[in-house]
Amino acid sequence: MKTIAELQALRDEMKEKVGVRKDGEYRMRILVGMATCGIAAGARPVLSAFMKEIETRKLSDVVVSQTGCIGICQFEPVVEIYDSDGTKTTYVHVTPEKVPKIVAQHVVNGNPVVEYTIGANAK
Amino acid sequence: MVRSHVLVCGGTGCHSSGSDKIFESFESELAAAGLGEEVKVIKTGCFGLCALGPVVVVYPEGAFYSQVKPEDVKEIVEEHLLKGRLVKRLLYSETVAEDAILSLDNTNFYRKQKRVALRNCGVIDPENINEYIAYDGYMALAKVLTEMKPEDVIKEITASGLRGRGGGGFPTGKKWEFAANQPGNEKYVCCNADEGDPGAFMDRSVLEGDPHCILEAMAIAGYAIGASHGYIYVRAEYPIAVKRLKIAIAQAREAGLLGENILGTGFNFDIDLRLGAGAFVCGEETALLNSIEGKRGDPRPRPPFPAVKGLFGKPTIINNVETYANVPRIILNGAEWFASMGTEKSKGTKVFALGGKINHTGLVEIPMGTTLREIIEEIGGGIPNGKKFKAVQTGGPSGGCIPAQYLDVPVDYDNLTAIGSIMGSGGMIVMDEDNCMVDIAKFFLEFTVDESCGKCTPCRVGIRRMLEILDKITSGQAEMEDIDRLENLCYFIKENALCGLGQTAPNPVLSTLRYFRDEYEAHVIEKRCPSGVCKKLLSYTSDPEKCKGCTLCARNCPVNAITGEVKKAHVIDNSKCIKCGACMDSCKFGAISKR
Repeated sequence: MKTIAELQALRDEMKEKVGVRKDGEYRMRILVGMATCGIAAGARPVLSAFMKEIETRKLSDVVVSQTGCIGICQFEPVVEIYDSDGTKTTYVHVTPEKVPKIVAQHVVNGNPVVEYTIGANAK
Repeated sequence: MVRSHVLVCGGTGCHSSGSDKIFESFESELAAAGLGEEVKVIKTGCFGLCALGPVVVVYPEGAFYSQVKPEDVKEIVEEHLLKGRLVKRLLYSETVAEDAILSLDNTNFYRKQKRVALRNCGVIDPENINEYIAYDGYMALAKVLTEMKPEDVIKEITASGLRGRGGGGFPTGKKWEFAANQPGNEKYVCCNADEGDPGAFMDRSVLEGDPHCILEAMAIAGYAIGASHGYIYVRAEYPIAVKRLKIAIAQAREAGLLGENILGTGFNFDIDLRLGAGAFVCGEETALLNSIEGKRGDPRPRPPFPAVKGLFGKPTIINNVETYANVPRIILNGAEWFASMGTEKSKGTKVFALGGKINHTGLVEIPMGTTLREIIEEIGGGIPNGKKFKAVQTGGPSGGCIPAQYLDVPVDYDNLTAIGSIMGSGGMIVMDEDNCMVDIAKFFLEFTVDESCGKCTPCRVGIRRMLEILDKITSGQAEMEDIDRLENLCYFIKENALCGLGQTAPNPVLSTLRYFRDEYEAHVIEKRCPSGVCKKLLSYTSDPEKCKGCTLCARNCPVNAITGEVKKAHVIDNSKCIKCGACMDSCKFGAISKR
């Protein structure tokens, strides 16, 4: 390292990599249901798709995590997205193909994809 | 994307209870579950809660798993990391709520803590310079090199009110100023990492958990006083600390943050390690300098002080590990921020190693001015087994015992001195009703007698005589005049010994004489040890009413001091008895008592 600018650049790059290590200071949390019912319905590729999407878009303030069975096994794979104000949106029958749209529309721009939510599908 | 970080404590405490194996099993179990790419395992420094080690923390949830065994790893991987279900049975009980986990900051152990010196311990991978940089590492060095003149650095440190954390409490800024004002361009920066107090492990934990912050602080000090070389004197008994320091120095050199022309500013600074062989006296600054020079670790008379004539006869500053650990934060956050914590004359925080009769053995960092009661009862979780608190020992062999009536004293340098102890480097040993205070004083004196270098007579001969008097007291052969003789010797040695080791060696005796004189007198007058510790004053007896004649005690006695026929009361011959207590432990009827 020859200059302070290089040091600062390295710090900013590394900061993203350790971002996951803070307690509860995230803009958004994406929870993929990964109980037996979820895994059987194909939650694993959904989780991977979310991770890939978040990484390509460099959304370091978003956490991707898993959760257990929510009790609506017929709707699996289920994904819950918590906004910073605690609002929860529940997406059902999620497939890897639906993930880019959810990330672009909801996670980046803050507009839930209504047609994928449980509200639209339970009727 | 790495979606989860698994932090495994790699401090000495958790390491010795198998955290290495846990780390390895995480790597292999994650690979087996196909999670190797998305979950990262990091070996960190100490989390502080050593009593609950080995500790594993999983982010982003911040789940704090305690007393993890290698065989638990598979369950954490399959349940938590794969399916998102917390393994509740392993979570630290204070963090478990109905349907969520509570932040560690809300537990009794962490709530009142304020981590400044330990800020990166248990957070970063100490063997990876990039992780240190992620948490603003080396930014303080960059700041002083580009924005501050050396005298500004000294002014900032002085204004922060930082005082030496090795125990002396000398203002750090003043020490730097003395060295900076000395003529000449060959000066040295030393780090005293020869932590020798029994029961103290603050410096070790900083070195193990955040070695780069010491390197950065030493470079800042070098810039401030005009030195281009530093030495870290660390004891060889700290193998993990030594290993991580070596890695850190190599990485910093590689990154151009140590060596010549640092960050293109023309400032040169490099650091070498010197390993100490473990002599307690080498923690005394002048003895430490002799040892670095390759001479025998004897203290030198002061003055001249090291700031004038130190290493190789050149102006030198010597600061303790924890003192340095505060420096980068003071530079980045400002002197005012640091001075806003603590009491009027003691600013900032202090790290303590809690040990002895306490539930949460471990490492805590509290703002100055926290009371002993808060540290022991709230953070430390109180005394185990419902026993009664008797005293707390601070400052190791140079410190004293503080009795219960002073538990509400706010901890700072001056308050502890006023009640007959010292801040010391931060060892804090809690004692309950089962501890004999004369025995405690004897324990510390035995340590200083062993560790006295022998250069000056008051220390070499004087504290040995003191130990002999204590021996007489604990074996019931002393008279009341011996207590006076002991006290006089204490004051004489305090005034006449050459270095800190001798001058402070009488402190454990003086403070126990001051607060627990009745225990000394019970040993001398009644020939009795009130806590039942001093073996020579104990006698074991068997109650013929309760004894069933099962012969178990006689069979367990290693010296055949117990006689009696089967199904008849047994008798203990106290002339043969070696007071080992085996009979009392083995008796199923509570027939044997000691007094």
